[in-house]
Amino acid sequence: MNTMKRRTFLKGTLASGVIVAAAGAGLLRPAEVLAAEYPAAAFGQEGLDATMKKLFGTSEVTKSDKIKFVNPPIQAENAAVVPITVETSLKADTIAIMVTKNPGALAASLDMTSSSEGYFKTRIKMAGTSDVHAVVKSGGKLYSNDVKIKVTVGGCGG
Amino acid sequence: MARDIRIKTRMSGGSTEILAMVNHPMETGQRKDKKTGKKIPAHYIEKVNIELNGKLVASANLGAAVSKRPMIGVRVKGAKAGDTVKVSWNDNQKESGTQTASVK
Repeated sequence: MNTMKRRTFLKGTLASGVIVAAAGAGLLRPAEVLAAEYPAAAFGQEGLDATMKKLFGTSEVTKSDKIKFVNPPIQAENAAVVPITVETSLKADTIAIMVTKNPGALAASLDMTSSSEGYFKTRIKMAGTSDVHAVVKSGGKLYSNDVKIKVTVGGCGG
Repeated sequence: MARDIRIKTRMSGGSTEILAMVNHPMETGQRKDKKTGKKIPAHYIEKVNIELNGKLVASANLGAAVSKRPMIGVRVKGAKAGDTVKVSWNDNQKESGTQTASVK
């Protein structure tokens, strides 16, 4: 009976040791922990300023030519599938893609780590012709660049 | 429900592009069912995490404005052929999926 109790006790101690170790590992990697949070409040905001405030806590932004759109479509053939590729030589923590005239400006954002490069490629939907902004958070500051993409809704092009 | 995840990798120089595509409808919640006239509830992926050899390299946050069958492309430094890429996603209706592939 005594040995059994001792075994259960040992098992319990081991288990709690594992939990403590896991929590310690989490504390050592704050970036990864932050990256796990989904910025629900930032989606569905109208306009750039409100979106940036919800996503980054500020709407103060500097235009930068270190942010580039790779082969942006001048005229989107299909408003439901607009390919966007953003590249930046800035040390990016986050790259966010915002469409000024969409009902919710924020389309997507990418949280980076030290092993990822300043690059984000995706495909978005656009409600109409609009400026598309790439906002990069780097060293606690915001930088952006934009491109105008024309969308012909229900038309045959031209 | 199983939703396919396709993972492609492309190495060039010291960096590797990882492309992940998930077969997901990305419903905005604005579209109406043509037969019933009722709105189709919003159903979209919120998170796509990309890991390389068990370490998170990038985490994408998506809204309903990302196209259906969403594609996410990132670039990582120092990946080698044979390294493991893991893509996992979850959506606003608590569905999720995971897929692994190796860098080619």
